[in-house]
Amino acid sequence: MSIHQTTIDAHGFSPEEYQRLLEILGREPTITELGIFSVMWSEHCSYKSSRLHLRRFPTDGPRVVQGPGENAGAVDIGDGITAVFKIESHNHPSFIEPYQGAATGVGGIIRDIFTMGARPIALLNSLRFGELDNPATRRLVDGVVAGIAGYGNSIGIPTVGGEIAFEPGYAGNPLVNVFCLGVAKADALAMGVASGAGNPVYYVGAKTGRDGIHGATMASAEFDEHSADKRPAVQVGDPFMEKLLLEACLEVMRTDALVGIQDMGAAGLTCSTSEMGARGDSGIEIDVSLVPQRETGMTPYEIMLSESQERMLLVARRGREAEVEQVFEKWDLHAVRIGEVTGDGLLRIRDQGQVVAEIPNRPLADRAPLYDRPTMRPAYLDDANHLDLATLAPPADPRRIWLDLLDTPAVASKRWVYRQYDHMVRTNTVVLPGLGAGVVRVKGTARALVFSLDGNGRHCFLDPAEGGRLAVAEAARNVACAGAVPIGATNCLNFGNPERPEIMWQFSQAVDGIAEACRALDVPITGGNVSLYNETDGQAIYPTPVLGVVGVLDDVTHVLTRVFPEPDLEIVLLGDPAGGLGGSEYLKQAHGLVRGAPAPVDLDRERALQELLVDAARGRWIRSAHDGSDGGLAVTLAECCVESGAVGAQVDLPESVESVERDDRFGVVQALFGEAPSRVVVSVATGQRERLLSRARERAVPAVVIGRTGGDRIRLAVAGEQVADIGLDEAEQAWGQGLTRHFETVASREA
Amino acid sequence: MKFAVIEFPGSNCDHDAYHATKHVLGQQAEFVWHKETDLRGADVVVLPGGFSYGDYLRTGAIARFSPVMACVCEFAHAGGPVIGICNGFQVLLEVGLLEGALLRNNRLKFLCEHIHVRVEQTDTPFTSGAVAGQVLTLPIAHGEGNFHASPETLVALEANRQVVFRYCAADGAQTDAANPNGSAHAIAGVCNVERNVVGLMPHPERACESMLGSADGRVVLESVINTFASAGAA
Repeated sequence: MSIHQTTIDAHGFSPEEYQRLLEILGREPTITELGIFSVMWSEHCSYKSSRLHLRRFPTDGPRVVQGPGENAGAVDIGDGITAVFKIESHNHPSFIEPYQGAATGVGGIIRDIFTMGARPIALLNSLRFGELDNPATRRLVDGVVAGIAGYGNSIGIPTVGGEIAFEPGYAGNPLVNVFCLGVAKADALAMGVASGAGNPVYYVGAKTGRDGIHGATMASAEFDEHSADKRPAVQVGDPFMEKLLLEACLEVMRTDALVGIQDMGAAGLTCSTSEMGARGDSGIEIDVSLVPQRETGMTPYEIMLSESQERMLLVARRGREAEVEQVFEKWDLHAVRIGEVTGDGLLRIRDQGQVVAEIPNRPLADRAPLYDRPTMRPAYLDDANHLDLATLAPPADPRRIWLDLLDTPAVASKRWVYRQYDHMVRTNTVVLPGLGAGVVRVKGTARALVFSLDGNGRHCFLDPAEGGRLAVAEAARNVACAGAVPIGATNCLNFGNPERPEIMWQFSQAVDGIAEACRALDVPITGGNVSLYNETDGQAIYPTPVLGVVGVLDDVTHVLTRVFPEPDLEIVLLGDPAGGLGGSEYLKQAHGLVRGAPAPVDLDRERALQELLVDAARGRWIRSAHDGSDGGLAVTLAECCVESGAVGAQVDLPESVESVERDDRFGVVQALFGEAPSRVVVSVATGQRERLLSRARERAVPAVVIGRTGGDRIRLAVAGEQVADIGLDEAEQAWGQGLTRHFETVASREA
Repeated sequence: MKFAVIEFPGSNCDHDAYHATKHVLGQQAEFVWHKETDLRGADVVVLPGGFSYGDYLRTGAIARFSPVMACVCEFAHAGGPVIGICNGFQVLLEVGLLEGALLRNNRLKFLCEHIHVRVEQTDTPFTSGAVAGQVLTLPIAHGEGNFHASPETLVALEANRQVVFRYCAADGAQTDAANPNGSAHAIAGVCNVERNVVGLMPHPERACESMLGSADGRVVLESVINTFASAGAA
């Protein structure tokens, strides 16, 4: 039976791609084969637009145990332990069905970690939505947060932090990026490999249904007004099933009866069988009629393409089947033997014995399309990069601006979000959410793992290469602020339609920036995820790379947070005081502009600053450290004062004479709200001040004493002149309620 | 003394309880799988937090039928100390060792944060080391911790001094703002009439090391250790 052209088109093949398929098979495909090729060669699974660029990332280093290509990356943290981590996007499903989309994103990333033989110990997320004045956006936020909570809380892995931002450009394309970190003994890492002809292939976990068929291809297309109709392509999560799978898989890995293991994520059984076979240079043969099914009448095509959640594929050693089966029985799971590893290199799918697909495994993976898509610098940049302060309305009273910025959802406390996440389960969470990077101790050692997710779509929109550098620098800086040495990174690259040269240019630039910064800061990329086609009706999101940096703190008792711990400490600003207004939160909030260019990062100076922070934490010379980011130093200082501790400060900031955007009317505004990388506010006891300043000089890190902690107000001066003054209670009110009130006032209105 | 930490499928604070009793407080501790029918000579039983059976149907509703629960009930009826934390509290209510029910939090959201509770009674094995009225800072992490009981039951619980922990402000005052989930009478934990079975929503086992934000939960576990030690000495 010949395949009709409309069927080929419906599967998203270009004529060239279909020609390549014919060459590989040497004949026309069956419908099942067509489905298999279509998902394996989708953007989501094959990275066909991005693979060429991703090769520019540094992926090696003395601590790298596993780089890109496996289910997750791994780095050596000492004591014979590796940290296993990865970030992944679930943007498209979360827009269509926020709760399940986000929940299954969490489920998927957790499986990637325990598939590696690691015990997952922490989750983070990076979320981007439209502005909160839109009720549809509030519903999305509510659903996504509830979905992350519903899954993570139930499975018992703490969600210890993350980031959340709001920009109009994400209204039709929210970003839901989830990160998971686990730990494993260095010699106990498991791999997603099928080898040893005759070894049995097992299916374990939830039954297969029709949910999620073509989820991978959905994630590789733009949205339009019909997208809501795609709801059946979103999967439904069952965290209880995954908890059982997690415990059972970790237990079975301890038996040594396992050859390889992989979760069935995007493209389900298709991806797991073919990838495991390709990695092991083996063939793999399964009979779909043996696959546990929860719906009747499923075709081999549907079974192979289903994205039902909470399913794993295992290859066991022949003769050790009973051991594997016993472990799963203990957890009331049934490992079902659905096939075996073969020596012929073919992915062979049978249905009640009859062959329905037979595809050479290596070419399916290795000959996946690879595009060097054209790039072109977008025209909007010429105008967008031009910022003339003279054309702006004069700034308001600095005190008013300050309070307004603290009240902005992007800046304000994220307590409304993280109090819905169980962030303490497993009793490793040393720094509570909102106080800095995520910090979890590693029981049985003196160490802690420290990690941060950062990205800034505005910066990347204005300058994608600089935005990429800034994201790496900020994530690593946040890790260093806790006192930890950054040792590895993962990234999630969220962009628009790669077939548009302007988008591809943004992508390529961002990759260059990230690669350069990762090299300079010595944080190799160990894996990650690319999410393209984040567009609705032709309108792309801001280019948004999100960086996850992982660091190690050798002695957990050295950990630092952002909070000034007590009165009568000296406040020192590390880094160049000058900040710029290009792409700043101030410019957006006060003037409604996304314009100019973000202040660039000097990567040598950034590295020196981070090394100084690590030394200072290790030597216990400083008491707190907080990175200056959105909203500038005024916001940074307020964040050092509020919440736990709640101690005031008197600060005198230098005027930013260096700033390129200098305009007399904006001198104070730039000093208070200007943004720049490589700036950290630390507190230090008077007795340690000189040591800190001299070590900073040795490393050529600018350092200046700017004030003192104490009192119940935060007073700011610029160049000796008092310019703004707020009470701790006012700061707490603005910052503490800025996000929460959008939800609670709505709730009470609807009640 | 020896703690038995019961593991149901879906328990996820089992390791928290094990770590606190074994590694922080230096006691013997053993996991007991829910299919077992022997508590292995344990002196105290902990039903840990989590989402036993996914909390499907109703929190704790399926776990109560696990084989091990018959042993736990027998142990409790013989006067053995039993503590149910969070989901463990929900299981104790379902199996009838304690009275009342836990509804969804009044604001309908899962809540994880440090809160304050006041120790109301010190004549249980889990509060004997505390001072009456002592305020503890403990974490909560639940979506269904809104304690509910019939008016008659509430009267009886109060009359029999079975309310062991009550939500309060940092200074011990009982205020609406300090009640995180809408619990009747601000009840955070109760005991049975015989006082050897205690259930509570906050997590004392997560508050045994100051590095984690509070060590106030130690008094709960140390109480039962000291009760046991003095009983042994007598």
